[in-house]
Amino acid sequence: SFLPPPAASFLPPSRHPGCICLKRCPLPSPHTSAPRQDIRNTVGNIPMEWYQDFPHIGYNLEGKRIYKPIRNKDELDMFLEKMENPDYWRTVQDKMTGADIKLTDEQVELVHRLQKGQFGDVHFNPYEPSVDFFTHEVMIHPVTNRPADKRSFIPSLIEKEKVSKLVHAIKMGWIKPRKPKDDTPTYYDLWAHEDPNSILGRHKMHVPAPKMKLPGHEESYNPPPEYLLSEEEKLAWEQQEPAERKLNFVPQQYQCLRAVPAYSRFIHERFERCLDLYLCPRQRKMRVNVDPEDLIPKLPKPRDLQPFPTTQALVYRGHTSLVRCLSISPSGQWLVSGSDDCTVRFWEVSTARCMKTLPVGGVVKSVAWNPNPTVCLVAICVEQSVLLVNPCLGDKLLYGATDQLLESYVAPEEERVQPVQWVVATVEEHSKGVRLVVQHSKALKQVTWHGKGDYFASVVSDNSNMQVLIHQTSKRWSQNPFRKSKGLVQCVLFHPIRPYFFVATQRYVRVYNLLKQELTKKLMANCKWVSSMAIHPGGDNIICGSYDSKLAWFDLDLSTRPYQLLRHHKKALRSVAFHKHYPLFASGSDDGTVIVCHGMVYNDLLQNPLLVPVKVLKGHVPTLDLGVLDVLFHPTQPWVFSSGADGTVRLYT
Amino acid sequence: TRRLCILKGIYPHEPKHKKKVNKGSTAARTFYLLKDIKFLLHEPIVNKFREYKAIILHETPGVFVRKLRKAYGKSEWSTVDRLKDNKPTYKLDHIVKERYPTFIDALRDLDDALSMCFLFSTFPRTGKCHVQTIQLCRRLAVEFLNYVIASRSLRKVFLSIKGIYYQAEVLGQPVTWITPYAFAHDHPTDVDYRVMATFTEFYTTLLGFVNFRLYHSLNLLYPPKIDGQADVELKPAEGKEYAMDSESYLEKLSALSASLARVVAPTHEDEVEMDEFPVEGETAEQMDSRKKEQEALEKHKKLFEGLRFFLNREVPREPLAFVIRCFGGQVSWDKSLCIGATYDVSDPSITHQIVDRPRVEKQVVGRYYLQPQWVFDSVNAKLCLPVADYFPGVLLPPHLSPFVTEQEGDYVPPEKLKLLALQRGENPDEESEEEDEEEEEEEDDNDKEEEEEDESEKEEEMKLKKMEEQKTQSNKALPVKVTAGKLRLEDKQRLEQEQQSEEKRLAIMMMKKREKYLYKKIMFGKKRKVREANKLAAKRKAHDTAVKEEKKKSKKARRA
Repeated sequence: SFLPPPAASFLPPSRHPGCICLKRCPLPSPHTSAPRQDIRNTVGNIPMEWYQDFPHIGYNLEGKRIYKPIRNKDELDMFLEKMENPDYWRTVQDKMTGADIKLTDEQVELVHRLQKGQFGDVHFNPYEPSVDFFTHEVMIHPVTNRPADKRSFIPSLIEKEKVSKLVHAIKMGWIKPRKPKDDTPTYYDLWAHEDPNSILGRHKMHVPAPKMKLPGHEESYNPPPEYLLSEEEKLAWEQQEPAERKLNFVPQQYQCLRAVPAYSRFIHERFERCLDLYLCPRQRKMRVNVDPEDLIPKLPKPRDLQPFPTTQALVYRGHTSLVRCLSISPSGQWLVSGSDDCTVRFWEVSTARCMKTLPVGGVVKSVAWNPNPTVCLVAICVEQSVLLVNPCLGDKLLYGATDQLLESYVAPEEERVQPVQWVVATVEEHSKGVRLVVQHSKALKQVTWHGKGDYFASVVSDNSNMQVLIHQTSKRWSQNPFRKSKGLVQCVLFHPIRPYFFVATQRYVRVYNLLKQELTKKLMANCKWVSSMAIHPGGDNIICGSYDSKLAWFDLDLSTRPYQLLRHHKKALRSVAFHKHYPLFASGSDDGTVIVCHGMVYNDLLQNPLLVPVKVLKGHVPTLDLGVLDVLFHPTQPWVFSSGADGTVRLYT
Repeated sequence: TRRLCILKGIYPHEPKHKKKVNKGSTAARTFYLLKDIKFLLHEPIVNKFREYKAIILHETPGVFVRKLRKAYGKSEWSTVDRLKDNKPTYKLDHIVKERYPTFIDALRDLDDALSMCFLFSTFPRTGKCHVQTIQLCRRLAVEFLNYVIASRSLRKVFLSIKGIYYQAEVLGQPVTWITPYAFAHDHPTDVDYRVMATFTEFYTTLLGFVNFRLYHSLNLLYPPKIDGQADVELKPAEGKEYAMDSESYLEKLSALSASLARVVAPTHEDEVEMDEFPVEGETAEQMDSRKKEQEALEKHKKLFEGLRFFLNREVPREPLAFVIRCFGGQVSWDKSLCIGATYDVSDPSITHQIVDRPRVEKQVVGRYYLQPQWVFDSVNAKLCLPVADYFPGVLLPPHLSPFVTEQEGDYVPPEKLKLLALQRGENPDEESEEEDEEEEEEEDDNDKEEEEEDESEKEEEMKLKKMEEQKTQSNKALPVKVTAGKLRLEDKQRLEQEQQSEEKRLAIMMMKKREKYLYKKIMFGKKRKVREANKLAAKRKAHDTAVKEEKKKSKKARRA
């Protein structure tokens, strides 16, 4: 019976997602489809992934969508089903409908047979006896007995024509016989006329390929036993990247030559060499063949540069917290130290005896002994005020004269506006030694005396133009030298001879002429954060310590950049100091060491200063990441004092 | 373009100012010289390539390929045949000349060419590349081997786990090449054989010309002919063993057993000693040493002169035959193994038989049965080594690399020390013999034994200690230990040392940044070297003691 196909099978192609042409599926025969409920998919032989993202999987014969069976089983359900369902193993999923189908026994049998490589049909016999349809024997009667044509007896004219054409062509020399090819290359003396000096243009830049490395003992088939890798080394070798292995093979030992196998990476290695030859960039590299001894600069021996402090002589104990600052009397007999335990102590240098303890009620940031030998006065920075203290040590005449000097002050008639307040100490304070108190508006950082001993400068930690103030003791008068702030001032310094004033900000050191009231120089420190500064007694050289562990030596006559940057310390530098007479300078750092260097400055302007480190002094125990906080030279002897975070002051001689 | 670059030997350059060239970026890129690329375009071979095939991608294919494609498409097989016959060919002669303006230049670059040819000649005749290439490689390689034999220029041989390294001195240039062991290759898939084939194409051309020149420098015929007299001997009596004479020719040549025919019959003039012209500015001592060196070289060349070797069938024939012939020895093998055998096993004049079996069943009196390593070790030692260590079945002494020359401070394996002593003419065996004797005595005397053993151990320890001391001293000579020296009883010395080390430390502080960096790098390298040497020495010591203990144990077990 011929039925017209159901309309549903002519679905427009656009109903297949992603499908352009539709292949018609074989039509189900109406006889078989009638009895059982047949959900047949009409999409045809297409990849079923196209329906992956859709709820349906195709269309049935009526053109309705066939929906995918709901699959909400998770792994656990699947597993349970696997365990519980006895027919799980014979259940397969129909790709076309998405339904689970249980295979019948016959189907299982079929699968088994196919798996074994047998025929699907059980009844098929592959070994049936063969039947000869056509005999191989020649029969006496031919199948046809037609007599041969005439043309098979006479020569062909067309062929004759063709042949004669060829013959003519050969005669005329148009066709030549094919020469037997000789593809063995011929060699001759290529370099018969070689010119030893001939260099082609390209070869000027020619870098010949380096030869391959020659093998060492470890590559031998029977190496000495020490070259074989131990287990750990082998493991390490295996874990390394192939590129960073030192050997590209594992050394192995074979008892005899007979046992040596082929090397499996031989072709690889040749190939890599080929790649190297034509892909690796080449460059001529000068091999540094220097004796490391030659690199070490030839410096004068430290022994020839004596005197300099070499050993720790005295330890001044007493402070209970870190000792921030030190100062020494011009005679070199007394030492003053300020500490975080809110006291200032006066020591006798030669005996390490604490002569006096002055509680000041605040952290002492800086102390400075008046450099004038006829005046016995110490400036102490405590929080917001500078205390001028007469320690009453040494010659009685001397400190008496100082008191007289201070008392001889006559207040000016007209009150002048001052940035600070000068206050005479109370009686109680007077008995302790405090004579004058200069009260600032902000916390103080540093105080330093002018060489004559009348003026002193103080640094306030502030960001305004009031950072630096210059005070005159005899007139009890203060002034603010700067109209504008140029950054956070770290420390200031008076020139020992000339009327210059040095102001160190974070990265620069500015040199001002106090007489002309102008900026003369700006030194670039080449470091991140200047911590301290010291000036050579000659006045032409400055050293700057910085928190990035550099020490910059400036020669003011030479340039505004450092003449030398010394990176001796491992940690931040806290303070630097010059000796008054000897060509020595010292730097103290957070790594707990004081490095003493020989810094000779010559009078001859053409000769550059000679800087030689002569001694590394250790002694301070770094506490709280702080080591040495201040260093100071004795005014006359080649001795150096250092104060540390461990609460001690040490003297090295 | 890749082919062109390979053939013309053009390679990228590392520019001096990478950032400048790269327009400011620091990304990794390869740079070719503009001149090089322009130079490529002027190459006449470019046109040949164009005829054949498109050089650059997307270019229209060359005439030949187009025609061939068409013929294939129309299935005109005769046309295909004709086209293939008339395939455009090209020659690389001028490129060789251009890349190596002088012959010496070519010799300097011969290492890779030889290694590649030897590798390709071992490839199977099917698959990876053209059969002609393989045959050509084999031919050239064999020709080169024959040259080395004729000129006796082999210097060093090394059996490594990768293959066999040879080093020959050709016209004063050291030429090193490696041959794989004779096994079938399992061809890796991640290797581009086309690149290798292109290289080989160039290398075969180069090697052919080099061979030609080398043969002519020795007055030998090229292509090589086997010496007439030997040829007659070689002719198989039965004949007809080989179908074609030309086919057997290469095999005969590759048997390496016959000497080559010369253009001019060898006269004794060749052997006349060179007149000596004293070079100006050379002292008598230098001249003397040079003379000595020359003599040693001559002696080395005649190392195996007068010895007759026989190779058993289990030893690799070609390398051994090559090495033995290079040093003047005569060599033969089983007739059924390879063509070119000159005498039989039963020949009574055989002095050495090379065997690689644990045991030899039938031993003939009057010859040494030796393992193949003896030949190689003797060549490297430049003297015939004592045979006792190389008998079949004996645990062989380590095979050392002849390419290593230890510098001061490097680790030297004890075997090498022994060898050096042997070369100097001393006999280091005495000690070991003594030890043997001691051991024999030990067996006699039970009481003495312990002490003596202890003594010998002590001796060993002393030796080791001495060595270590030397090492540490040499270390001290190097400025490795910057930290304070070791504690010593003499205070003065110690003080002095401390002072010196401190001075040095201070001086190092004053070094410039760049120099300091360099100094630290050098020091690090030196330290590492010392560390490695020490590690090797310690490993060796541990190994030796372990071996000794084992020996002792086995002895005790035997006694019990």
